[in-house]
Amino acid sequence: MSRPVDQAKNAEKFLADTVHEQRLDKLLWAMRMRRDAAARQVPEWEDLRSLASAIKEHTLSNLSDYLIQFEARATANGVTVHWARDAHEHNQIVYDLLAEQGMNLLVKSKSMLTEECEMRPFLERRGIRVTETDLGERIQQLDDQPPGHIVGPAIHKTNKDVAVLFSEKYGSDPNNEDTAYLAGVMRENTRPDFLTARAGMTGANFVVAETGAIVVATNEGNADLSANTPRLHICSVGIEKVIPTTESLAVFIRLLARSATGDTITQYTSMFRGPRKGAAMHVILVDNGRSARLGMKRFWHSLKCIRCAACMNTCPVYRRSGGLSYGSTYMGPIGIIMMPTFEIRKYSELPFSSTLNGSCSNVCPVKIDIHEQIYGWREVMEENDQIQVVKKEAMRVADKVLSHPALYQIATATLSTALEVLPHFAIYSRLNAWGKHRDVPDAARETFHEWYSTHRLRANEEVRS
Amino acid sequence: MNSMQVLSRNTILGAVRASQPAAQPMPTIPHFHTNKPADLAAAFCASIARMAGVVVTEDVPDLDSFLRAKFPNAKVICSAIPEFAGTIKPASFNDWSEASTIDVCILRSPMAVAETGSILLSDMELQVNTIAFLAHDLVVLLDAQQIVSNIHDAYEHPHFKQRQYSVLMTGPSGSGDIGGVVVHPAQAAKTLTVLLSPAPNAGKRTG
Repeated sequence: MSRPVDQAKNAEKFLADTVHEQRLDKLLWAMRMRRDAAARQVPEWEDLRSLASAIKEHTLSNLSDYLIQFEARATANGVTVHWARDAHEHNQIVYDLLAEQGMNLLVKSKSMLTEECEMRPFLERRGIRVTETDLGERIQQLDDQPPGHIVGPAIHKTNKDVAVLFSEKYGSDPNNEDTAYLAGVMRENTRPDFLTARAGMTGANFVVAETGAIVVATNEGNADLSANTPRLHICSVGIEKVIPTTESLAVFIRLLARSATGDTITQYTSMFRGPRKGAAMHVILVDNGRSARLGMKRFWHSLKCIRCAACMNTCPVYRRSGGLSYGSTYMGPIGIIMMPTFEIRKYSELPFSSTLNGSCSNVCPVKIDIHEQIYGWREVMEENDQIQVVKKEAMRVADKVLSHPALYQIATATLSTALEVLPHFAIYSRLNAWGKHRDVPDAARETFHEWYSTHRLRANEEVRS
Repeated sequence: MNSMQVLSRNTILGAVRASQPAAQPMPTIPHFHTNKPADLAAAFCASIARMAGVVVTEDVPDLDSFLRAKFPNAKVICSAIPEFAGTIKPASFNDWSEASTIDVCILRSPMAVAETGSILLSDMELQVNTIAFLAHDLVVLLDAQQIVSNIHDAYEHPHFKQRQYSVLMTGPSGSGDIGGVVVHPAQAAKTLTVLLSPAPNAGKRTG
């Protein structure tokens, strides 16, 4: 049985290096600001969010019919549709497709699903070289790390980190940290694989039941190159990615890039309905726990996710600790509510890596009640006794104080005095994992209750008199 | 489909059927024309400029001299439009990886989107899909009459229901994966230039 991932402890390494921490925080917050600006440009933004949520809820509540419709249409277009119950079955299907034609190189674009299935090591152990062609994903592959962010996998790395890594792996100039130069190194080194690989792979952002199409959004053109250059295109997709129609696709395309980076659209929004003459296209529909999640009354809404990462960019915990600290395929607020459905004990601590400020739910383009689900998972962990004793004790104390107004007032009134006199270890103790590495702001000279009783009560009395 | 595949398919569909919540209705999707720009061409130009695409609005009477002036070092010019010969036609490529020899590729798009600055291309216009991705520079002709207002309108184009491959392309390839700063190019075209030029069969819309 896996030990629970201790996200707060994992974050210590990242936090110890202030350059990376402050840079990531600033970068992601800028992305959040760009998202806000982009949303303000669209008068119907809130209508689009409501529509997206309703379309997803409609599709997920009729999912079996839409999957069957997609299969029929895609098959009619010349696509071979496969079904994989779990990660192993998915990986085996991919391997068999490659092995039966003696292929030993796969060029692929970014897919969080293949990360979830740990497909790369599976294929590599069987002698197939896999080249990630998304810049961020390739950086992480070369550095032997999983993605740290679902949209920008290497966003936590500085230009210097990449310059050093590329010089080690590609022999480029370790002192040239120019972004365009580094992207050029990637282009030069990836192009030969695009031209020689006989198989390419993509994920999918959306799957359109009505037309049997898969839709992929990228900025680099690497998905179009991976799918179009070789004669074999394999597409892996989670069953929850189905949407009913091309008409409904428009709603999601208008929301996706704006929510992710603040751009109106990605450079390439590509639709693959079938193979060209003389080529083959295979779509693998993957369950891997999704059908079980669909049956969880409190948590099935997380299947609406379109992987924009807006919740991650806005989350103060994610921004200050980096994606790798979650020790999971999906990270940040959306990861917290998805990962326990894969392995409850391993991810039992993740729901506590949140301030429950609700910002994640407010920016979610498909209106997933993320912070409420995080709270729901805390309750599940409590019920299932999955919480560490120390965390449980802290919660017990908090619960007692918060449920007794008198105790709460005493506690807050004494805080400012306490902060002056309490030794450092008492404030930043193990009972408060998030106090570590964070300066507690100076306590207000008077509490709200003190202020209210001196000002408002007096003002009210004056009004009355 | 082998027996294992049939088993997996039926297991997944059975599990989904057992799990899915009570059916919820499909909403009606409006096209949101409340914010429709008065000048679609101007809105398209502003949108594509944000994504590093370039639009030439003045008339280009001689495509050959335009290309020679803009890309003086180009040797291989692939033309996917009937009215211009170029140095090579897409049909010449036996293997689609051979398109990597192209310096400049010239195409015609049947539709563009004012909201996003995207142009539509499909396997019908491209013939060899890789020419738009392996070529260094792209020049795309577009009839200004074929610019639609927003993405809702765009997805009504028949290509999305009929073509095996179609793409809404918005500027040259780029990446923001290092340091969050978008740089061009990434893996595909280095530049994208759109020439506003009436379709040869002007008056008859293709889409």
